Amino acid sequence: MTISRTSQFAALAMIGALALSACGSDGGGGASGSTIGGQPCVSGEIKASGSSAQKNAMADWINAYQTACTGATINYQANGSGAGVTDFSNGQTAFAGSDSALKDADRPAADARCAKGAAIDIPMVGGAIVLAYNVSGIDKLVLTPDVIAGIFANTITKWNDPAIAAANAGAALPDATIAQFHRSDSSGTTDNFTKFLTATAPSVWTYDKGKDWKAPGGQGAKGSDGVTTSLKSTANSIGYVELSFAQDASLAVASVDNGGGAIEATSANAATTISAATVAGTGNDLALTIDYTTKTGYPIVLVTYEITCEKGLDSAALELTKSFLTYTSSDEGQSKLTENGYVAITGDLLTKVRTSVSAISA
Amino acid sequence: MATVGSGKFERSTSLLQDALAGRRLPRWGVGAVGLTSLLAAYLLNVLTVVDGVAGTFLVAVLLFVIGQTGWSFTVEGRRHAVDRLATTTVYAAFLIAVTPLVAVLGTVLVKGFPVFSAQFFTTSMRNVSPRSEGGGLYHALIGTLEQVGLAALIGVPIGVLAAVYLVEYAPEAKSRRLSSAISFFVDVMTGVPSVVIGLFIYTAFILTLGLPRSGFAASLALAILMLPVIVRTTEEMLRLVPRDLRESSLALGIPRWKTILKVVLPTALGGIITGAMLSIARVAGETAPLLLTTFLSQSINSNPFKGPQAALPTFIWDQFTSGTDASRARAWGGALTLIVLIMILYAGAKVIARLTGAKKS
Amino acid sequence: MSSTRELPATPAPTASSGIKGKSVRRGDTVFRGLSRIAGIAILLTMSLIALFLVWRSIPSFTVNTANFFTTSEWFPDQTPPVFGIAALAFGTLMTSIIAMILAVPVGIGVALFISHYAHRRMSAILAFSTDLLAAVPSIIFGMWGLEFLTPHMQGLGQWLNDYLGFIPIFRNDLGQYSKSIFIAGVVLAIMILPTISALSREVFTQVPRGNIEASLALGATRWEMVRQAIFPFAKPGMISAAMLGLGRALGETIAVALILSASNSINWHFTEPGGNTFAANIALRWNEAGSTGLSALIASGLVLFIITLVVNVVARGIISRHAEFRGGN
Repeated sequence: MTISRTSQFAALAMIGALALSACGSDGGGGASGSTIGGQPCVSGEIKASGSSAQKNAMADWINAYQTACTGATINYQANGSGAGVTDFSNGQTAFAGSDSALKDADRPAADARCAKGAAIDIPMVGGAIVLAYNVSGIDKLVLTPDVIAGIFANTITKWNDPAIAAANAGAALPDATIAQFHRSDSSGTTDNFTKFLTATAPSVWTYDKGKDWKAPGGQGAKGSDGVTTSLKSTANSIGYVELSFAQDASLAVASVDNGGGAIEATSANAATTISAATVAGTGNDLALTIDYTTKTGYPIVLVTYEITCEKGLDSAALELTKSFLTYTSSDEGQSKLTENGYVAITGDLLTKVRTSVSAISA
Repeated sequence: MATVGSGKFERSTSLLQDALAGRRLPRWGVGAVGLTSLLAAYLLNVLTVVDGVAGTFLVAVLLFVIGQTGWSFTVEGRRHAVDRLATTTVYAAFLIAVTPLVAVLGTVLVKGFPVFSAQFFTTSMRNVSPRSEGGGLYHALIGTLEQVGLAALIGVPIGVLAAVYLVEYAPEAKSRRLSSAISFFVDVMTGVPSVVIGLFIYTAFILTLGLPRSGFAASLALAILMLPVIVRTTEEMLRLVPRDLRESSLALGIPRWKTILKVVLPTALGGIITGAMLSIARVAGETAPLLLTTFLSQSINSNPFKGPQAALPTFIWDQFTSGTDASRARAWGGALTLIVLIMILYAGAKVIARLTGAKKS
Repeated sequence: MSSTRELPATPAPTASSGIKGKSVRRGDTVFRGLSRIAGIAILLTMSLIALFLVWRSIPSFTVNTANFFTTSEWFPDQTPPVFGIAALAFGTLMTSIIAMILAVPVGIGVALFISHYAHRRMSAILAFSTDLLAAVPSIIFGMWGLEFLTPHMQGLGQWLNDYLGFIPIFRNDLGQYSKSIFIAGVVLAIMILPTISALSREVFTQVPRGNIEASLALGATRWEMVRQAIFPFAKPGMISAAMLGLGRALGETIAVALILSASNSINWHFTEPGGNTFAANIALRWNEAGSTGLSALIASGLVLFIITLVVNVVARGIISRHAEFRGGN
């Protein structure tokens, strides 16, 4: 008797589940065409994972691609560059998003994953790392590399420190302790920020560069979203985040003066720095070297790459991967970046990127 | 049930005590002390350094404890004063515990409810930007139901059978080494952190065997997490089945295994289902193992064995870390959905327990 | 199968020989074997977990240039790799100790309130709610701790520094009170409270009525009854409840990862930002870990696994010692 009651219950649960699975739908449809970024649509499903810095850019690209090409599904899991490269090397994904070009140590595994040829780094999403702050009454702030290094190395601890005041004549800086926020998780943002500090303020910034924050003091927060949340809820605070996160949180951002005058932290100014980067990779591998000491562009930038196989990507994923990356590197794709607080790749570099993408083949 | 009995009993004993010892605090005593303390604390708030609602309330409680205990000590004697102090402490413990828990549920309700809509439950996040409003968690809901269901399909039979072995077969085995080892490791398993289980599935299935991350990998991790709870509750339920029932069945010539399947397990069924549902509710909200074992998707995928699949906890995590106002709101909406889902499972467990008359609380 | 189905119809249990008897025995063997296999599967799973953690952590041990147990830094992917668990162990223990100090007395108080102080109707509702709260997922507590609790803890941190600052653990030289070991401990306390109170309540309600009534009949006050009749009986149950709570606190991942300002250093000023735990470190570093980094994280997972194992062994030891006193059941 109890048994039959259980089976009734189970049957009911089953029917419920079936009914439920019939009633949902993938939202956000819309008019579907057959071309995207000036090329025909490709159907299928691919997976990609990695950098959380390009998470929201990817989301917008994927939405645009899937809206235009209804037969395509692209999944991007923002689980971090390290995990992204591991996933790619293990054959879990078609491409990896990464905040840095492939390291020598990771290269053999990544190359081995590609049936023929090597894995290549393709710069796709640029970003500006901005110094976002929350100090009431101060809506314009200029910082020099030495001051930034001083704040994050805890040698400058007050907002009205003479060093800050010197670069901000006339600003009513408060006599308050600086609450400094950094990333508590490993991140490419920290990597690029500390690279900037070691390149521009080596006498003040005596700590190593790297994905993990190494200076004592300050407060850590998980993720860029964690930093902006903390900045918003803490008065007299400052932290480094990607521009898009600062914009989403409506935080004020500082201009940086690398010795050639204050340069505002905007998408356009960061694009100047990125397009001036030199290519360190060979062939279609476009690993970049960024000049953090530039006086003409906004200097604290990061470039995130898509890492994939130049030759020998599994046939199931090849066409869609190539088509998607062709779209993201098209004018249409790159213009989406600027709208959302990211930095577009421009000029000669973009041409090289397109050449690399077109070289992807079986 | 014991509570009522002792309560009644206690009332009559205290009447007896009154008659014998006489002097007790008047009935209005507690209220009067409470009111006086509140007033005094308010005065202190106005006149002295004590400030803030929480601080003032704390001072009031302190005054109440001192006042009541002191008064009781002089009138009723030491034993009753200690008893009153203990009662106040127990009530205070309850209040201290309730405050944050209500705050958690309140926060989730206030922040999560505004995004609830028909669309939120029937659409996925496919083609919805993190910045724009709209979208839904249908894909995550499907994922969670399937992953947890699959985990239960794996975990429940193993757990119940293991408990059957421990209760029905182990006592007559020649050596008790195996059963005591099983029972020990079930206890240890209860304490193994979910992130370690996640790491295990990640290293074993994904790094070593090279299998793709999937809803099924998550199910395996969740099944391991469910096992100890199921074994423990089933064990307890089986031990409650009267010996006579087993013996009379065996005496009728029904074989052991049939006795277990047709007599013992059905008798304990209510409790076993309750235990299973409780364990399902426990694992439904696990986040850390899912981050390691599933591949997040924004689209609907109703096949847990193939391709990326979302789940409620990873949906919440993804939306929360996107950092925009719209995605945060969706994250809280997901949190509320998850709590409601767990609440339904719990209530279901209670109803089944009541219907089948199991005595598990 | 089909032959055994007719069995109940057979008149007497004497048919222990012949075909039917054989199938009876076969059925029993199969079922017994199945249940044994299920039990062994549990043992196997546990050994596999241990095996894989050991195997996958070995590469990191061989390349580590620092002492794994005394080093605080966690830089496994730099050359040469330097990492150790000192700060992780410190943070894990301190957050768990704070959580236990806060949650055990309160949890037991709540259990007493529900089982012996509150009205019956109310206590049923309260019992259900505490059970339910035990299942509120970690991620929700983390989000709440980050967005709601942290801003509200500023005042308490300030107060502790102002009035109890002479005790090192309450002193705060930074003037910043968020993202601390203390707040993480408080959140953990809130998370394990339902577990502790639900389990303690269960044992409290199992105290034989005779014991309670005997105590009251002797003129004991309610508190004296609790001390004489309930606590001695429930002691092993209370200990195992506390230990289960401790286990949950030690391994808590997502909530701590969201709340703590993870820094791998040992700082005795608990209200200052900083600190890290085993589980949170895994969640925070897994994303960007290279091959050595991943192996190092698995090594820290192994240590956490061993710690929870030891806690359980100790708890079992305590319980079995007290169970003898309780007189068996």
